[in-house]
Amino acid sequence: MDAILFLAHTEADGTLAKPALEALGAAVDLKQSLGAALIVGLYGAQAQPAANSLANCGADKFLAIQGEAFAPARYASDAAACEALARASAPTIIIAAGTSRNARVMAGVAHRLGGVVDTHITSIAAASGALQATRWFYRQRIEGTLTRTARPWALLLDPGNQPAWTGEPGSVTPEIIAVPSPESLSRTTVKGFVTPPADQQTIRPDADLLFVAGAGWTKKQKDGQPHVAEAETIIVDFLKNSKASLGSSKSLVDLSGENQAALRFLTHLNQVGQTGASPRHPKGLATCCHGEEPHTVGWRFIGERRAINLDAGCGWARGKADVLYVADAFEVMTKVNALLSQK
Amino acid sequence: MSHPFHVVVCASVVPDPLQTLEPITGPTGPALKNELMLPAILDPWAAHALYEGANLVKKVPGSKLWLVSMAPKAKLQQVMMTVAQKVPLQLVAIDGPSGGFVDAHQTAAALAKAINGIADLDKSRLLLFGGWESASRSAGVTLQLVGEQLGIVDQFQGVDAITPNDDGSFEVLERVEGARHQVSLCAGPPAVLGWATGNLGEPRNDPQVGMQNMRTIMPSLQKAVATPVTSDGLQYSNVATPKQQRETQIIKDKPTDEIAREIVQWIKGE
Repeated sequence: MDAILFLAHTEADGTLAKPALEALGAAVDLKQSLGAALIVGLYGAQAQPAANSLANCGADKFLAIQGEAFAPARYASDAAACEALARASAPTIIIAAGTSRNARVMAGVAHRLGGVVDTHITSIAAASGALQATRWFYRQRIEGTLTRTARPWALLLDPGNQPAWTGEPGSVTPEIIAVPSPESLSRTTVKGFVTPPADQQTIRPDADLLFVAGAGWTKKQKDGQPHVAEAETIIVDFLKNSKASLGSSKSLVDLSGENQAALRFLTHLNQVGQTGASPRHPKGLATCCHGEEPHTVGWRFIGERRAINLDAGCGWARGKADVLYVADAFEVMTKVNALLSQK
Repeated sequence: MSHPFHVVVCASVVPDPLQTLEPITGPTGPALKNELMLPAILDPWAAHALYEGANLVKKVPGSKLWLVSMAPKAKLQQVMMTVAQKVPLQLVAIDGPSGGFVDAHQTAAALAKAINGIADLDKSRLLLFGGWESASRSAGVTLQLVGEQLGIVDQFQGVDAITPNDDGSFEVLERVEGARHQVSLCAGPPAVLGWATGNLGEPRNDPQVGMQNMRTIMPSLQKAVATPVTSDGLQYSNVATPKQQRETQIIKDKPTDEIAREIVQWIKGE
C-alpha cells in the first residue's frame, strides 16, 4: 500500500499558508484514489497550531519537528527536517506545496532518500491506480504528463492549481521527531528580508488584474520625442487606482538595467515571459508589447486578456488576446485613470 | 581579500526562445521536432550565473572559473562560439542530451562526476553556480542534486546578489514570495547558488577573450565524454503543445473615451 507524506513548513505564527492547504487537498484526494495511508509532517518554529487546524483532514498520523532552529528558511536545517520526517514515515509519495522554501530543499531531500523529485506540478491523478503528474516544459510552452517507477517520489505542487483543503479544526498531538543539530546546519544565518517600500510594491500576486507594460512606453511618440516621465506617472497612477500587479516585457526591464531612459520602478522581478514569471491572474491588460513566443509564456495563466497597441497586426496580441484595442496607450490609460479616480 | 573562490558554473544549452517548439515522440521518448537543427543559446538563467561568476572571480584575486556544460557536442560547439567571447572561462564539456524531457537525476550525476574530475579544483573553496531553473526542464532540481552529490549543505536558489566579505563569508539575496528577497549570511564556501537574473547585463563580445578561451574550449570539446542517459523509470504518457489560439476581436477607430470606459467596466466586472 502506498503511504503519502504531506510535508509542510509552518508560518511564523505556526499556521499553514494557502499553498500548503492546496497541496493537502491534493494529498487527501490522492489518498482516496489510491487507498493509501496519509501522514502529515510539519516543521517550523512551532507546529501545534497547524496540526490542530488539520485535525480532521483524515490523516492516519501526525509528525512534527519544531524549534527555533527550524524557524528560518535555510537549506541545511530544512533539508534535515524534511529528511527526518520522511525517514520516520517511510513514504512512497511525498506531496508538498511549491513554495520557495520547499523548492529550495526538496530535490536534495529526495536524493538523500534515494528517491526522485518533480516540481511545478499542476495536477496529479491516479485514475487507473497509477500516479500521474502533469507539468510544463520549456517554460510553459509544452505540457506533459509523466509517471515514475522510482520511490519515494516527491512532488511539489505549484500554488493556485487546486482548491485549498478546508475542514473543522480540532486537537491532535503530533509525534515529535528529534533532529540532531550539528554546527553544519547553522553555517548560514538568515538575517531578514528586503521588501520594496509600500508605494513601490508593484508585484501583487493576489491582484485580479495583471498590467503588462511593454517597451513601447519608452519609445518616441507622435511628437517625435519619448515621454518616459509621463509614462511613469500614468502607470503608477493606474496601479494605485486599480490595485493591479505590474508585469513587464524583458526588453523594457533590460533598458532599466542598461541605464537607458526607462521606467525607474521596474526590476527583473517584474519581468514576465521566457526568463521571467508566468503569474496567475483572472485578467490581464497588456500595453505597448511586441514579440511573440516569449510573451505567450508569460501570458499562459491569465484568464481574460485585453491589449492596447497601435499596431493592428501585432502578432503578439492577435490570437493571444481576447480584445485588441488599436489605440494610443498614453491617451487611453490617462482616461482610464481619470475614470478610476472618479469612482 | 585573501579568500579566493573556485567558481564552477553549470549551464545547459536550450533552443533559442524565439523558436517555435513542437514536441514529437522519438526513439527514447519525447523530443522536439528538428531538435538538433534549432538554433541554441546558453540557458538564460545559467548565463546570468556565468556573468555573475566571472564578475566575482574578477573582484576576488586568486579565484578561478569553470563552465561545466552537458549537451550534444555539435550544439555545444555552436553555442561556445558566442559564449567564449563573453568572459574568461575554462570549459568542461560533457557530450550528452540536453533536452527538457531528459531526467534531471541522471544529468546531475553526470555533472557531479565531471566536477569531481576537475584536476585543480579545491572543493573547500567551491561555489557551485547555475540557473535556478532552466528554460528547458524548468524544474530547478539539477543544481540541488549536484550539490547534494558533492556534499554541499549550504544552498541558495533564486539568487540575485552575492556580496563577499573580507573574512571569506558572503551575503546572499534570494527571491522569495511577494517580490521580496531573503538576506542570508553564509560562513563561506562550499555553497550552491542557483541564480535568477542577478544584476549584471550581458557582457559585450570581446574577440580577444574569445581567442584566449578557444585554446582550452576546443580541446575540451574534443575530449568530451559521451554520456548516454536512459529513461530510468521515467515515462511520459502525453506531451503536447496547448492549443490556446484565441479569437481576437480587433477594435479600431473607436474614440479614446469609449475605449477607456469599456476597459474600466471590464476591470470592475460591471
